[in-house]
Amino acid sequence: MHDVYQFVSGPLAWVAFLLFIGGSLYRIIAMLAEVKEKEPFIFTYMSLKYSLRSILHWITPFATYNWRRNPVLTVVTFVFHICLFACPIFLLAHVTLWDEAWDIRWWTLPDAVADVMTVIVIACCLFFLIRRVTQREVKFVTYPSDYVILGIVAAPFLTGFLAYHQWFTYPVFMILHVLAGEVMLAAIPFTRLSHMLFSPFTRAYMGSEFGVIRKSKDY
Amino acid sequence: MVDQSKWDWETREKEVPFDPWKENFNWVEEPYASPDGEQVAAVVNIDEGEFNVCVNGETWESPFEKIWYLRYAPDGRLTALVSDMAEWTVAVDGVPWENKFGYVWNTLFSPDGKHIAVAAQADGQYCMVLDDTPWETTFQNMTYFAMSPDGSKTAAVVQVTDFGEGEVHKFQEGCFTAALDGNAWDTKFVNVWNMAVSPDGTKLAAEVRLNLYEYSIAVNGQVWDKSFPCVWEPVIHPIDGSVVAPVRTAGKWTLAKDGEFLWDARFPQVWHQQFSADGKILAAIVSPKYGRWTVAVDGRPWGVTFGTLVSDLVVSPDGSTIAALTKEGETWKVVVNGAAWKDTFDMAWRPVISPDNRYVGAKVERQGKYTVVVNDRVWQKECDAAWDPVFSPDGEKVLLRTLENGRYLRRVLPVTEITG
Amino acid sequence: MAEPAVTQDQEKEEEQKVVDDGIDVGISRLTTDKIETVINQVLKTETGARLKTYVNTCIHCGLCSEACHYYMSHDKDPKWSPVGKVKQTIWEMIRKKGRLAPEEIRRVVEIAHTECNLCRRCLQFCPFGIDIAYLISMARRICHKLGVTPKYIQDTAHSHSVSMNQMWVKGDEWPDTLQWQEEEARGEFPTLRIPLEKEGADIMYSVIAPEPKFQAQLIYQAAAIMETAGVNWTMPADKGWDNSDMAMFTGDNEIMGRIKRSHFETAVRLRVKRIVMGECGHAFRSVYDTGNRWLGWSHPPIPIVHAIDFYYELLKENRIPIKEKFKEPVTLHDPCNVIRGGGLMEKSRYVAHALCDTVVEMHPNREYNYCCCAGGGVINCGPPYKLKRVKSNKVKAEQLMEARTRGAKVIISPCHNCHSGLKDIKNYYDLHMDIKFFGDIIYQIMEKPE
Ligand code: HEM
Ligand code: SF4
Ligand code: SF4
Ligand code: SF4
Repeated sequence: MHDVYQFVSGPLAWVAFLLFIGGSLYRIIAMLAEVKEKEPFIFTYMSLKYSLRSILHWITPFATYNWRRNPVLTVVTFVFHICLFACPIFLLAHVTLWDEAWDIRWWTLPDAVADVMTVIVIACCLFFLIRRVTQREVKFVTYPSDYVILGIVAAPFLTGFLAYHQWFTYPVFMILHVLAGEVMLAAIPFTRLSHMLFSPFTRAYMGSEFGVIRKSKDY
Repeated sequence: MVDQSKWDWETREKEVPFDPWKENFNWVEEPYASPDGEQVAAVVNIDEGEFNVCVNGETWESPFEKIWYLRYAPDGRLTALVSDMAEWTVAVDGVPWENKFGYVWNTLFSPDGKHIAVAAQADGQYCMVLDDTPWETTFQNMTYFAMSPDGSKTAAVVQVTDFGEGEVHKFQEGCFTAALDGNAWDTKFVNVWNMAVSPDGTKLAAEVRLNLYEYSIAVNGQVWDKSFPCVWEPVIHPIDGSVVAPVRTAGKWTLAKDGEFLWDARFPQVWHQQFSADGKILAAIVSPKYGRWTVAVDGRPWGVTFGTLVSDLVVSPDGSTIAALTKEGETWKVVVNGAAWKDTFDMAWRPVISPDNRYVGAKVERQGKYTVVVNDRVWQKECDAAWDPVFSPDGEKVLLRTLENGRYLRRVLPVTEITG
Repeated sequence: MAEPAVTQDQEKEEEQKVVDDGIDVGISRLTTDKIETVINQVLKTETGARLKTYVNTCIHCGLCSEACHYYMSHDKDPKWSPVGKVKQTIWEMIRKKGRLAPEEIRRVVEIAHTECNLCRRCLQFCPFGIDIAYLISMARRICHKLGVTPKYIQDTAHSHSVSMNQMWVKGDEWPDTLQWQEEEARGEFPTLRIPLEKEGADIMYSVIAPEPKFQAQLIYQAAAIMETAGVNWTMPADKGWDNSDMAMFTGDNEIMGRIKRSHFETAVRLRVKRIVMGECGHAFRSVYDTGNRWLGWSHPPIPIVHAIDFYYELLKENRIPIKEKFKEPVTLHDPCNVIRGGGLMEKSRYVAHALCDTVVEMHPNREYNYCCCAGGGVINCGPPYKLKRVKSNKVKAEQLMEARTRGAKVIISPCHNCHSGLKDIKNYYDLHMDIKFFGDIIYQIMEKPE
């Protein structure tokens, strides 16, 4: 069991981070290179001002027309994404790992808060799942891969939660947790989770088109 | 070409009062100056439904119910499209052609001014009319028009097969072709657009669309071996008669000659290609990069590029001087051989190159006032109207035609008076 | 709202029975192999990172759904939602690597051409700014390359290709019509001119071909306004006078480029400072945003001024003397292409308030306004799809109805397509409202010679 843990938290973690960082860089560079080759006109219209206008509106809850029209979803998605990022990054246990391995440390969340955030993430995933199954417009465009993606995101939190509370066999869940986290990281550049990478670009482009040319709002 | 040496290059200034016309007529439309500058003319309204043309203060003998498109032929004859009793024709120096039509439009002149042609419609049938002689054949529709360089032949894109409204598939089988002097090609196309006639009048080249997706150039009805996703207007080499047209390939543009790629370079856009008179130089307006424009000579773009537009490419007969207009935002500039002039204008007209290539001039406008610029020096006169400058055959003098304070003025100045 | 006379079953049948040569004949000539080749050719060579990124980034959240009047008007049936339509077209093509059966292409054409107005409202709703209108345009491009495009709009594209105008207006008919309108107008404005081919005028006025063909009075009115405001203007006598562009909507980019080139080069030839265009939305999109790009002009080489903007300028400078403001309460339709696509919402309101006593706002409005369901070439697909079109904009009818209960009697629609589209809607839903252009109102209320 220990060896397995060593393996997943050692070499596999390297692989996961490499895939995540390398894959992300690759995806972004490949995209930009293709724009340059095939649609260079896009660069002509890019504007920092309107890119930021668009991005800032969309990462602020209720700052856009559609966020205001969907208050529940807006709260859920913002809470979800915040917890999704904050929890793993500021979790004491994670920071300790960084500290031990690289001698770097930063501010951490109290465990109780992190625990609540974990539950929130899981609950939000459930919300998304239910939405996907019950809302006709979401269901219609749902593919099996959407459930898989949701599972990939929920898994590290679910296993982490179980491991932390040690309700079942801790080592097993610990290993599963590490694995799930690694799968999620590695999946980001290669699945629709890449919306994290591409959304700033798509937003910036649409923001620029609406700002520079169409002189109206894309939010 | 017109022999300009016979023009008066001595008298420094001649004047024709223009504003007083306004008192004699209900209204005076925009004036036109003759190429030699001796005349100024305008369409004038005499009464309800009664128009005439006033030339240097004198009207043509008889008025017409409608007059439009008043234009001087290069040889100085004054033409207009005129109508009486719902019939239209061309009037040359006030004398209407014998032939009358349901409508005439699109006057064409040969460079020497000897030939005048129009597109005409009579009883729903269309044809070209050259020097008062209509084609023997008429067509149910006619869309694009051309004249041979010597003015002896006219060409048009004509519809030769009938198709009803909404008959999209019949249309796609090809219902159009080109006709030279009324003789239509046997081959039919989905579309035919801009044409060029060779100097000897034996070759008619045109842009054609073979089906909805394939474009090519047809010469005397014979299509190039290759087709392209798009083409633009062909030109014909003045000496060897080869046909050159911009063609699109893999999302970019280049020039092709007789169906084979001519330039290696590929550009986001290539058009308005033009040969020098000896055929040795081939220049075109190109976009070297999306949203940037310049001129390429034999495939090599100039070092300078412009943001908004490059237009009015002019190549001197020997190819040594190439000029164009450029627009950056709202301001126009003249650019000659890759160097942009420093002065900017609200509007500029097609550059004129002196016969000895020493000077390039253009009519320009700033804040509603017109003047002339020569070799980047602005003539210090602000006029209410101006026409293109004309350089004397020896290149020493320039003919300036302007309207100032209600007077039409014809001036002949040594060019150095402007260039300093 | 009064119940439409036809029963639902009848309508259902009618909707299914669409016969369209443009599609039927086209489909009959297709094979799966051909379809595969064309789809992959377009996807590989004509699209790039943009399409890929849009497809990969879409998280399938459905948040764009309620942007679309089709979806809202069909009881939120997801097959009408923006992403739902992309799913049935572009995603399907990618998923099947282009191997679609001919009958599947029929569904693609129907969606791409008659179930999306390319109005771009959904772009404003998608958290990632995914350009669904662009994706649907690519589906149309593929249909074009497959030779399956609804007959009526294909015919229009053919007209563009032959005559550089939308309505097969022949070379002589155009100047003849202008001269006829000029003559008519001289009855009222004795010295009025429609100056043809006047080089160096400040403005070239361009219109869409339905004006000379069916609505010549609009040219009369425009001339009256120009005359009254003392504008130095001209109109071209040859090709290039028409600013409309259905080729843009059939995915025939090459013809789109050709007609836009003709339009701009005509303005360059006439040495005008600006092109002022009549009250048309899609034409604005074509000259201002789309057609110029295909030609390599990042911005229109000669500035384009939409009629709203132009009237704004004239009214602001007091160049149109008004006898008396328009009495009947009006409501203002915001055409997508000039409002969401051109930012003229406040100027449009300025003009409306300058001309009319009472302006009743519809909701949502300005850049969030619902499309009329005529745009994007949908109305140009013709009678076979009219019923679907009006039924697909129940929300617009409700919006109008609501404005009517607050007093609005006249709809101002500064866009030709919207005009026709709203007229069909108002008739079908028995709305009893008048529809006018700004130009109609200006002409009606301005001071004229005795
Ligand atoms: C800056 C980064 C990110 C932005 C701007 C962003 C934005 C969004 C938006 C706008 C949505 C759609 C609204 C919704 O359904 O809630 C969404 C959904 C989602 N995002 Fe993100 N996201 C980001 C990063 C991530 C990351 C890193 C993950 C996971 C690894 C993630 C996982 C999800 C999931 C699971 C959904 C819900 C999908 C569903 O409805 O099934 N996001 N995100
Ligand atoms: S009609 Fe408008 S809102 Fe609906 S899908 Fe098309 S572009 Fe989007
Ligand atoms: S809102 Fe955007 S991300 Fe969500 S389904 Fe629609 S297109 Fe896809
Ligand atoms: S027709 Fe009018 S409302 Fe409709 S898409 Fe065009 S601009 Fe929009």
